[in-house]
Amino acid sequence: MATLQTRATARFMMSPAVILLFLWMIVPLVMTLYFSFLRYNLLMPGTEEFIGFLNYQYFLTDPAFFTALGNTLMLVGGTLLITVIGGILLALVLDQPFFGQGIVRLLVIAPFFVMPTVSALVWKNMLMHPVNGLFAWIARSFGFQPIDWFAELPLFSIVLIVAWQWLPFATLILLTALQSLDGEQIEAAEMDGAGAISRFIYLVLPHMSRAITVVILIQTIFLLSVFAEILVTTNGGPGIQTTNITYLIYMQALLQFDVGGASAGGIVAVILANIVAFFLIRLIGKNLER
Amino acid sequence: MLTRTLLLGAVSALAMASFAHAETLTIATVNNGDMVRMQKLTEDFTKKNPDIQLEWVTLEENVLRQRVTTDIATKGGQYDIMTIGTYEVPIWAKQGWLLPLDGLGDAYDKSDLLPAISDAVSVDGKLYASPFYGESAMVMYRKDLAEKAGVTIPEKPTWDQIAEAAKKMTDKSSETYGICLRGKAGWGENMALLTATANSFGARWFDEKWTPQFDQPEWKKALQFYVDLMKEAGPPGASSNGFNENLALFQTGKCGIWIDATVAASFVTNPKESKVADKVGYALFPTGGVENHGNWLWAWNLGVPAGTKKAEAAQKFVSWATDKAYTELVASKEGWANVPPGTRKSLYANPEYEKAAPFAKITLDAMNAANTSKPTVKPVPYTGGQFVAIPEFQGIGTAVGQQFSAALAGSMTVDQALQGAQALTTREMTKGGYIK
Amino acid sequence: MARAVTTRHKLTFTILGWTIGFLIFFPILWTFLTSFKTEGTAVATPPQFLFFDWTLENYHEVQSRSNYMKHVTNSVVISVGSTLIGLALAIPAAWAMAFSPTKRTKDVLMWMLSTKMMPPVGVLVPLYLIFRDWGLLDTRLGLVAVLTMINLPIIVWMLYTYFKEIPGEILEAARMDGASLMKEIVYVLTPMAVPGIASTMLLNIILAWNEAFWTLNLSAANAAPLTAFIASYSSPEGLFWAKLSAASTMAIAPILIMGWFSQKQLVRGLTFGAVK
Repeated sequence: MATLQTRATARFMMSPAVILLFLWMIVPLVMTLYFSFLRYNLLMPGTEEFIGFLNYQYFLTDPAFFTALGNTLMLVGGTLLITVIGGILLALVLDQPFFGQGIVRLLVIAPFFVMPTVSALVWKNMLMHPVNGLFAWIARSFGFQPIDWFAELPLFSIVLIVAWQWLPFATLILLTALQSLDGEQIEAAEMDGAGAISRFIYLVLPHMSRAITVVILIQTIFLLSVFAEILVTTNGGPGIQTTNITYLIYMQALLQFDVGGASAGGIVAVILANIVAFFLIRLIGKNLER
Repeated sequence: MLTRTLLLGAVSALAMASFAHAETLTIATVNNGDMVRMQKLTEDFTKKNPDIQLEWVTLEENVLRQRVTTDIATKGGQYDIMTIGTYEVPIWAKQGWLLPLDGLGDAYDKSDLLPAISDAVSVDGKLYASPFYGESAMVMYRKDLAEKAGVTIPEKPTWDQIAEAAKKMTDKSSETYGICLRGKAGWGENMALLTATANSFGARWFDEKWTPQFDQPEWKKALQFYVDLMKEAGPPGASSNGFNENLALFQTGKCGIWIDATVAASFVTNPKESKVADKVGYALFPTGGVENHGNWLWAWNLGVPAGTKKAEAAQKFVSWATDKAYTELVASKEGWANVPPGTRKSLYANPEYEKAAPFAKITLDAMNAANTSKPTVKPVPYTGGQFVAIPEFQGIGTAVGQQFSAALAGSMTVDQALQGAQALTTREMTKGGYIK
Repeated sequence: MARAVTTRHKLTFTILGWTIGFLIFFPILWTFLTSFKTEGTAVATPPQFLFFDWTLENYHEVQSRSNYMKHVTNSVVISVGSTLIGLALAIPAAWAMAFSPTKRTKDVLMWMLSTKMMPPVGVLVPLYLIFRDWGLLDTRLGLVAVLTMINLPIIVWMLYTYFKEIPGEILEAARMDGASLMKEIVYVLTPMAVPGIASTMLLNIILAWNEAFWTLNLSAANAAPLTAFIASYSSPEGLFWAKLSAASTMAIAPILIMGWFSQKQLVRGLTFGAVK
């Protein structure tokens, strides 16, 4: 076969995307790397000097660093857990024929259209506020003590808001996968007397596995850099209970305007994210082959 | 159909031609009510200055601040006029980023500015930004609830009197909370209130050698007082309440006392929004054993970046938006209660304003009581009242604010929060080169 | 699908589906209702559901304050533009990766995703400097470029997974029949990949539509999309929930309508995919 030619064509076809992405990655990365070794504060021009690894030292020894790392993982993990399980269940429901399916599908996708700042503001003030919020009102009308969400369960509250925004994404991707499942196969299994649960475990789930991988990988990337929701609701508090790595870098970059510190933080975040991705790939990467 | 299209084309071409000669000023501003009003009055300015067009970029405070700071520090040149706070003005002016405003014209009358505000936006006697509206902090309380509880709040209350009144006003079964104070972490959120409160207890952020002072008894007393009071008489969810959340609580009748920025008075007395509009009483920011009312002082100002090629037009606009005539313009269109407060002596001498704004006198008193060049009882190396005017403060203030909001939420003790604050501030100040 | 569907089954799922749909949609519905309240009613307790004085005051206010059409146009240009350019770059790349994979394909894919892992706040200043020097600040072109690059890895990834689903034998067969590469792509591959491309496109338009860091920080007056429009209504000093609700309703509406139409399109594509 004309593999050599195909190879060349393939390379040619990939090159625009690869070259552009490479430039997009390398230029800011090199600049960031360079800045990360400087004392460089936007608010104090003229004081730039080479300071070696000092920025890294400060970022890594920040007492908030390890908590922030943990929070980042919890935020990503918690949201993934809710959206993947919820997404599978939702996809299964939406795959069934019922009246007004199209409308319900749209209703379910809708949260994805809302900008993070807005959804955080709406959830914080109109739903979760322990005095003026709707949840508090519902709790009180049933005679319960309203939950003080952002004081008692700060990180979980943020996970909830973020999960609400990302559930549609998971649902949509998983639904697409589910619908490409061969109906005849299911029927055959049904005839063989396979129950709904075993049909799900042995047929549906393996079929969706690649879609689940995509959901996990893509969401992880976005979830690692969640910060608008944190800024609007808690500003990383109380304490550092809702501070994630991105928020830590935000404090350096856009509150202190410490470009050096933020660059070091950015590089650290890239390394950490790649470690996460490495393990993710080891864990679920098999699904990509086949 | 065709003729209409042609006509339209011709008209727009004409319009383009006339714009071509005009200068366009891009103005970055905050989305607060007074600025929105200014934007709506654009026409008055363009009528007087037909050769200048205005382009507005109105953003929320956080976004605006990061946007304009990035732009001015990298000399991006996106804006001709920037709305900046009293925190930024001295820092930016020292960097030479702001144009000294010496072309504002005779009608501007610089001597009419309130001295505290004028000081805050001047460096070495030169005005670097023109104040648009200003505020201090004060006590707002429900007169009806105070009466019901049998307490009186004097015009110059102490924190103990406030605490006593708050506790008596509290009736949690009917969702009435004696006191609402900011708790959401942030240098401009809970730290504004807590820094002012600490000032009034005799505390300070740094000693003369920039050593953080959170390990001193004054801070402990102030923070402990705040946490105890909020626990006993504050609303649930306080650790994530900022200005707006407390405003909503006060307006819906859930708070007995609210201590916050003076501009809040115009919101809580607005009968269209507030259920308690006719029941609000005022007092000065409380004191805690020393003669210090917190020294909270803030103003939003219009500044012109140094690199602009449109300096003349920009100053023309700044002068239009902040002189006495603008006040009268707003008054004639929207009523005296809606004019931007807190910048000019003449406004507070105006009997019509006093009639329309019952909080005018107390606002003026609060602003006159604030002294940003000597904010604390003990000597300090910095200026600024509810903030410390150094570039590092936004980051440090927010991190300390997180500690204190944890103390309020109960996930940390007061001592732990203070230790945490002390450690992280020392760290950042060492990094910044203040502590050698 | 050819499964027999009993009415009872259908009814059960109708109730279940609508309940879930309603719950998930509720925060948006609540926002929508709030947009017709006055600021005072918006924070009232107990909350008012339907029986309040409906008012259009917020919409009037938003209309008079912002140039809504300018922001919508910018949003459309930026999100659609970046998605189309992204697709044009990604389809060949994903095709190549899916149908003539090498040992390094997976690494290249991983590397592409890793370009997205740099937290935006960490690179703001470098990028701002580049944009300033190239005169791209506050231009649609600049924003289209940034969003294309941001979403390109996602597009490649999604397309790659969809293309992988297409059995290689079909292509082999086409090649045997002497179809050229062009023909292979146009007549064989594209129809099979339509559902995948459609859902990738939809998702990326939404992602670009909602991207609120770069669009806010690299724009000023001219190129500002709806994210800037929203930022001019969120969190001012004073009550803002009703006005913000009106503004967000207006910001969501175009994309919701687009989603509505493309959703139907998408489902048709999906059914087609299921038949294959």
